This record gives sequence, C-alpha cells and structure tokens, in this order.
Amino acid sequence: MSYRYTIKDRVYRFNNLKDLLAKASPYRSGDVLAGVAAETYEERVAAQIALSDVPLSNFLNEAIIPYETDDVTRLIIDSHDKESFKSISHLTVGGFRDWLLSDETDCNTLYNINKGITPEMAAAVSKLMRNQDLIAAAGKCEVVTRFRNTIGLKGHFSTRLQPNHPTDDAKGIAASIIDGLLYGSGDAVIGINPATDSAVVSANLLNLMDELRQRFEIPIQTCVLNHITTTIGLMESGAPVDLCFQSIGGTELTNKSFGISLDMIEEAYQAALALNRGTIGQNVMYFETGQGSALSANAHHGADQQTCEARAYAIARKFNPLLVNTVVGFIGPEYLYDGKQIIRAALEDHFCGKLLGLPMGVDICYTNHAEADQDDMDNLLTLLGVAGCNFIMGIPGSDDIMLNYQSTSFHDALYIRKMLGLRHAPEFEQWLLKHDIIDDKGLLISNSRNHLLKAANL
Amino acid sequence: MSDELDKRSLWDKLKEYTSARIAIGRTGNSIPVQNSLEFKLAHAHARDAVYSKLDVEKLHHELEKHGLPIINLKSKADYREQYLQRPDLGRKIDDDAYKLLEPHKGNYDIAIIIADGLSATAINQNTSPLLDVLIPAFALAKYSLAPLCLIEQGRVAIGDDVGSILNAKLSLILIGERPGLSAADSMGAYLTYLPKPGLTDESRNCISNIRPQGLPVHLAAEKIFYLIQQSLRRQLSGVQLKDDADEKYFP
Repeated sequence: MSYRYTIKDRVYRFNNLKDLLAKASPYRSGDVLAGVAAETYEERVAAQIALSDVPLSNFLNEAIIPYETDDVTRLIIDSHDKESFKSISHLTVGGFRDWLLSDETDCNTLYNINKGITPEMAAAVSKLMRNQDLIAAAGKCEVVTRFRNTIGLKGHFSTRLQPNHPTDDAKGIAASIIDGLLYGSGDAVIGINPATDSAVVSANLLNLMDELRQRFEIPIQTCVLNHITTTIGLMESGAPVDLCFQSIGGTELTNKSFGISLDMIEEAYQAALALNRGTIGQNVMYFETGQGSALSANAHHGADQQTCEARAYAIARKFNPLLVNTVVGFIGPEYLYDGKQIIRAALEDHFCGKLLGLPMGVDICYTNHAEADQDDMDNLLTLLGVAGCNFIMGIPGSDDIMLNYQSTSFHDALYIRKMLGLRHAPEFEQWLLKHDIIDDKGLLISNSRNHLLKAANL
Repeated sequence: MSDELDKRSLWDKLKEYTSARIAIGRTGNSIPVQNSLEFKLAHAHARDAVYSKLDVEKLHHELEKHGLPIINLKSKADYREQYLQRPDLGRKIDDDAYKLLEPHKGNYDIAIIIADGLSATAINQNTSPLLDVLIPAFALAKYSLAPLCLIEQGRVAIGDDVGSILNAKLSLILIGERPGLSAADSMGAYLTYLPKPGLTDESRNCISNIRPQGLPVHLAAEKIFYLIQQSLRRQLSGVQLKDDADEKYFP
C-alpha cells in the first residue's frame, strides 16, 4: 500500500510502509548510506505527517520484510497478542504518540499492552517523538528482572562491570573487577568481552569470576560474552555459566551473519534455565543490539536502521532476558555520525525496548572516528538517567583497552546516582553497605578498609 | 598513615597487571584533573590521526630507493567527512585512477598498495621501515612486484580493485587502522589472493597492530612474508589460509 502527503502543490509519495518509515526517520548517516533516507527536510516531515495518520492496525497487515522470507517477521506476527492490542487498536501512529504521553497512561497501562505492540509500531511512533517525548514515555515504564539480584526497579540504577583485557589476562581482568567493585559497579553483571572465542580461556575466566563471587558472597551474576555456540559448549562441559550472551539483529539474514538462528537461542535458553543458577529469578539471557548491524551485514531489505533495531527486540522478548543492551555508538560514523545522532539513537532504542517490555540498558559509547567525545556521553548519560535506563557500562576510566572504544566509567555511574538519587540493585546495595564500600546515603566511603583489595592477594 | 601507604602500594600492585585506567582515585565523584587531561590528550591524538594526511612527498622520497614506479591515486571519497560516512566510496578508485593504472598492467606476483585508512599517521611512520625489510625479501624470493600505489581516502577493499587492474596474483594493502586511545599509529596489512572487486573480509588475511610498541616491523614482515609465500604456493587466501597457518601447515 502506498502513502502520500501534499505540501503546497508538492505531492510526496511513499511506496509502502517500509519506505514511509525510512523517510520519516530522523536524519542519520546509516540511512543515507543505505539510500533509504528522505532527501530533504520537507520530505522527512511530509513522511512524518503521513505516518501520523496511519492506523496501528495497518502494521499487522503490511509486513516490512515478507513473512515468507524472514523468521523475525514470522516471530513478530505469530507472537502478536490481539487481546493486549484491543485497547489501542483504534489509534493511528500519531494518536498513539499522544496516548503514550497522556496523564492517563501510566506504568500499568503500558505493561498491559506491551504484548500487543509490534516492533514496527514502536519504531513508527518513536519517529514522531522528540527526545523529550522519548524520555518521558520511557520514564513511565518499569521493567524488573531477577537472577541473583533485582534490576530495573524505579529509583534504582545498575551497571555492568566490563573489565576487558587485550589478552584476556586473568590478573589484569581481576584487577579491573576489584577496582570496579570498590566503586560500587557490577550489579547488572560482571561481563567480560573475551579477546578470543576460545572455550578454554572463557572457562578459566568464568571460574575466576565465580570463585570471586562466592568467596565474597556478592549477590551478582557473571558472564563471558562468547558466541552462543561457545556458551552452549561451556554449559555442557560444566563451566559456571550464569547468563547466556548473544548479539542479535532485526532480520533473519543479520542473525545468519552472526552465525545464529532462533532455534540456537532457544537451545541455549533451555540449557541455561536447566542449570537453575539464579537464586531469586530465572532471567538467564543477556542480549546486545545496535542500530546499523543489519546494514553492515547487507541484510536490511531496504528498511531503515532504527526499524531493524526495534525488530531485534522481538527476539529478545521471546527469551525473557535479564539484560538487553544497545551498544549505540560502537558501530561507527557511517551509521551514526556524531554525538547528536548517537544520543537520538540511544533514546529511541531505550524507549522502543522499554515499550516492548524489555529491561533496557545502554552502552553509552563512541569510537575515535565518530564526531563525538566525552561531553556527548555526559549529555546522553544524564538523559538516560532521567529516562530511567536500567543499566549502563562501567569501564575503568571510560577506556576499553580491548575493544578500543570509549564508554562510561565507574565515576560516571557515581555522578548520575548522586545527581538523580539513584540507588543500586537492593541486594547489591546491602552487600556494599556490609563491606563499608558505601554509606547509608549510597555514597562511597573514603578510606574504606578495602578488605577486598587486601584479600585479593594478586 | 601507614594504612594509607599500605593501600597505595596495593593499588600500585594492581596497576601492574593491566593498562586499564584503574586506581585513578576521585575528587567527589569525579575523575581527578590529571587523569581527565591525560584522557583528553589520548583522544586528541586519536582524533588528529583520523584527520591526518598521507605525506605523499615524504613517502616518495623514502620509497624511491626500491626502484619501483610509484603511482598516486585517490578513492571516490573526496574529503574526510565524506570518507567517514561513505565507506562504499573509499573502497573504489576514482575515474582518473584507471587511466593512471592501465599503462602499468602486467603480470605480477604481488601488488603493494599503501592507503591512509583511518590513520595516515600510521602509514607515514610505519610504511617505509616495513617495506625496507619486505621488498628485499620479495626480491630474494624472485617475486615480481607491480608499481607501488599510494592511495588517499582509501579503505581495505580498494587494494583488490588496484591489484585486479594491474593483474597481480596477490594484493597486499598497508592501511592505517582505527586509532585507539592507547595507539593512534597502528598499521594493518591485508593480503588477497587473486584480487578482484567485490571480495569481502573472509577472502583476506590480516596482520594487525604494526607499530614500534605493538608488532614491530621486522616481526610483521616475517609474518606477511610467510603468509604471502603460503598464499601464492597454495593459490588461496582468507579463512582457509589462516586456519592452516595456525597449525603450521607446510605442503
């Protein structure tokens, strides 16, 4: 079905919903690279106006990528909950935007409809929203998940401690973990990106983290971010796997380029559940996403990168993840050129994920060839704190010496906690109090006795 | 006081194990000024490297001793901002390049292509020392070499275009890698057997992090030479070649 809008005597035609979504997308380099972006400012707004009149129900009848050729589309359509959709089925995309922001729509309302929203609906409405709207609407959502602690409660804020090392050196990694724990980092997960996908190295790192966790009775979970097939092997061989990690994308072809399928994720999910290692919950999956991955794999089918990204969330929500992390600025300037585009994309991803019922965190980050710096990350961190983001990364001094990019530091988390009064995951907070790392106001204690540091005995 | 000293020495000990920015202390909740400025300086070096330019004159001067023709080429990306946003343009040579390359079409074993990539600084610093080792080794092994090509605003795949036009059995592209905070002068070397337009990463082999504090040039040259020898002998490159090289396979 084609769409159109006339401004003065200029008629703008959009071939189909996919084209309309792409043209309505706020400007970013990746959509220009893909050749799907609006050509003028006017065309973009024309597309947004046309999109605002599209009934949400159209999204159930017109697939962005054909049902027959793409298993993500099949998952989206087959898992759509008509009952949840009922209360919003009369709305247009524009009406949905106003409904989301209205006083009557609160956390419970949103929770009750989230299975009725498809990723494309979420992507569409986000394109009509300003940054402020994305923050306000996401801020209404509360998505809580549990494994050994509770993540995502309102007023709380967690961090993934990311102690990467270029050669996976155990002592080097342990040093960064101890540093981070003493800054109160790590309640989302202690998660290592391994330099190689070697099962032996990963098993050693998993054992190292598990011993540390048990020795100090830390209520957290740990993860080595291997390819899911490696993790399945590690689980089979008895390694202490808390969470199964995988990068996912919004089209079948993208996932194929990652060397995964939905069946493979299901297998890993069942295996991780069977281990039954969570003490207070069984959210066992950790997914990472990021705009641009579909284009990068030449697997976008002409859809814009933000719509592709939202489609990845359909996969994530099938497996009840503990954490979903959009690694927003890692992919590079050909997809998100500068601080403005990175900030916008992060707010979109966080909003769309939360709306779809996911425990969204954001890797607030950039590479050195992007037109961005630490000031842009400070802005984004502050915005995401206000939006109620579940978690961010914690990296020594913002500098990931293995992946060679910059993210948020342990200090950045201290800043946002202090400014917005955000507390740790409750169980981890108790542990920090017990070990004299924070005081009852949640502030770091200077000159803490550092039992951990002494006991580490490296 | 002794407790403080004790603590500091523990932190110093921890710092020995990693170059990560640990144990940097804090003022309030913030990173102290010295570390904050060190970080900014590292980022400044990386940014400057991204916008650095290929020093064509210096490279000519340094490379002419090898007695090979040197051809200056450009990609289809006209300027840096475009290069950064349109990798597709950086992978193709511009229209003039065909005219410049055609007369040199031959029957070569190896075409060496030198491109700025994301750090011309890396190329300006590391190319000549590497080729000083590598080119004599190629000569000794009786490999025939195509003219050296210097390319501005180039990406890895452009080497395959050039190698294909020159009709070389193998293309070797030296290119500036994306600068990190710890190093802004890392050079990468990619080789492709039977280069032609449209090939992707799985057809190539890569030697990365070539710089004085990373993989020094003499070691890099050894690795590159070994891979090229294997590639030409076995008539392939990419994933298959890498796997076998890891097992120290000799035919």
